[in-house]
Amino acid sequence: MHLLYAFALSLIAACGLYLALSRHAVSLIIGINLISAAVNLVIFYAGRIVTRAPAIIPEGEQVLAADAANPVPQALILTAIVIGFSLTAVLASIALQTWRRLGSLDLRRNGYAEALGSPFDGKGGRP
Amino acid sequence: MNGFLVTHAALWPLLVPVSGVAITTCLWNHPRAQRFAARATIALLFAAALLLLDTVIRDGVQVVRFGGWAAPFGIVFTVDALGAAMVAITGLLAAATMLFGAADIRRREERAGFHPLFLGMLAGVNGAFLTGDIFNLYVWFEVMLITSTGLLVIGRSRAQIDGALRYAVLNLFSTLFFLTGVALLYGATGTLNMADLARVVPRMEPSIQLTISALLLFCGFGIKAGYFPLFFWLPASYHTASITVAAIFAGLLTKVGVYACFRVFTLIFPLEGAGMREILAVIAAATMLFGVFGAAVQWDVRRILSFHIVSQIGYMLLGLAISTEAALAGAIFYVIHHIVVKANLFLIAGAIHRAAGTWDLREAGGLLRRNPLLAALFLVPALSLGGVPPLSGFWAKFLVIDATFRAGEGLLAGVALFVGLLTLFSMSKIWIEAFWKPALAERRCAGRVPAPMLLAIGGLAAVTLAISFLPEPFVVYARSAAAGLLDPAAYVAAGLAAAGGQ
Repeated sequence: MHLLYAFALSLIAACGLYLALSRHAVSLIIGINLISAAVNLVIFYAGRIVTRAPAIIPEGEQVLAADAANPVPQALILTAIVIGFSLTAVLASIALQTWRRLGSLDLRRNGYAEALGSPFDGKGGRP
Repeated sequence: MNGFLVTHAALWPLLVPVSGVAITTCLWNHPRAQRFAARATIALLFAAALLLLDTVIRDGVQVVRFGGWAAPFGIVFTVDALGAAMVAITGLLAAATMLFGAADIRRREERAGFHPLFLGMLAGVNGAFLTGDIFNLYVWFEVMLITSTGLLVIGRSRAQIDGALRYAVLNLFSTLFFLTGVALLYGATGTLNMADLARVVPRMEPSIQLTISALLLFCGFGIKAGYFPLFFWLPASYHTASITVAAIFAGLLTKVGVYACFRVFTLIFPLEGAGMREILAVIAAATMLFGVFGAAVQWDVRRILSFHIVSQIGYMLLGLAISTEAALAGAIFYVIHHIVVKANLFLIAGAIHRAAGTWDLREAGGLLRRNPLLAALFLVPALSLGGVPPLSGFWAKFLVIDATFRAGEGLLAGVALFVGLLTLFSMSKIWIEAFWKPALAERRCAGRVPAPMLLAIGGLAAVTLAISFLPEPFVVYARSAAAGLLDPAAYVAAGLAAAGGQ
């Protein structure tokens, strides 16, 4: 079970890395999303994978049962998912602007930031 | 009322900018009211930061607990001398850049949401300095990343969009490393509270999980701080931002990474005997050298300054690598001096652009005659960055290099001295090209420098001069902060105290 889980999440991370190495901005964003999903699964694993009671306090009790699952990683992952979502939204909007203003999502062709102030060209342009 | 303000002193530097974000967002369609609200927020933020600094100096480590959770379970803000100093300097820098921005930020950028993003970034930076919980630190890193990406791209020029994509993607990798490191650390120790981690981790057997976690955290903070093999995003993106934004980025953002390194690698993973010191020393030397050589071939003022950020980070890292109390104190002094000086140099770059009409040094010139006040103001941070006595950079470099010699690392100290020389070369290049050289015949549209810009530059230069001529209180403070880092007993005791605040 542990081995299967580890292989599954490393497969997700590997796919994500492959996509992130792409020259295309959208593949890059999807790749980063996959990697962050893999990281979230690592957090889940840090709380140990067991098939026990859910992390819910039964009615009439004051504390969690001793064999309940660890609730902290779930809280952490929820936070990480929300943050990951907002980052994806920001990145997607930048990609959209890249498409609209620069006319290409191919990162090899977009060198506008580098073109500025290079020692080898004649003129330093304004942004 | 007064007591309430003081007991929650650690809360205000975060709460003020967060409420500022809410208010300025609500006032989106009322630019004048929005601008006023943003300025009032910055003033309050500065006051709150000074209150926190004062409280920490008088009463020691400040703690705020959230949600009424007992000691190691809930999120806590734990502020020691280092954190309080960083928050105070953030407040100062925010005030100075806001003043500068009064003349520099265009209406269009304000309409695009400059004020809420700026305040949000300050909230993220302050949160990172205040928090005592490592997962919470990650959250503040992300808040910083999102808002700073927004600020970077606010002018929507082509270069900015291109630079922002590089910036966001590479920094995203940094936070992913950081998050994985936190996950492994939690898996090994079962706690996220930094004070608790400082208690638990040194007692544990060295394990592969902890080693990988430490390395991942190091890489994550390294990208943020701009260490040697990981700094490429910085000169690729900082120069595209508008100059007000670039100044606050240059002053604060990389330093948050440095701060996180200081915190984690003294408190949770002390460097002694872990084999990390040698790696860190090599990285520090390489960071200094590559940064300064990168700057030497550039002609764009902002690019030169961006590479110098990298090179200066090396000095701070050197202090951490030596890791004696004197070296850490030197590094903390260095951080404080550097934030003021570097942000000021970026502001001056903006003023040079305003006065000469270009960013390219080869096309500038004649500013000494046309604008002698700006030239005088440039000399203070430039010579300070180069380490000319008696300016603040000299004391900072002296403290770090002296501690390096005392630790018997003559070679590293030699590298640091050599890099200081090259830094002076870069600064004299800006001086000769922009100020000294006669103006070119066909001059571009050259303008006057508005008063708010000069006021902001002058204010920061005055702070630099104050540090230069009265270094004693700053050094004493840096020593006490370094002592607090090396012997975290007070931090741990405060972070774990069972009192039910908040």
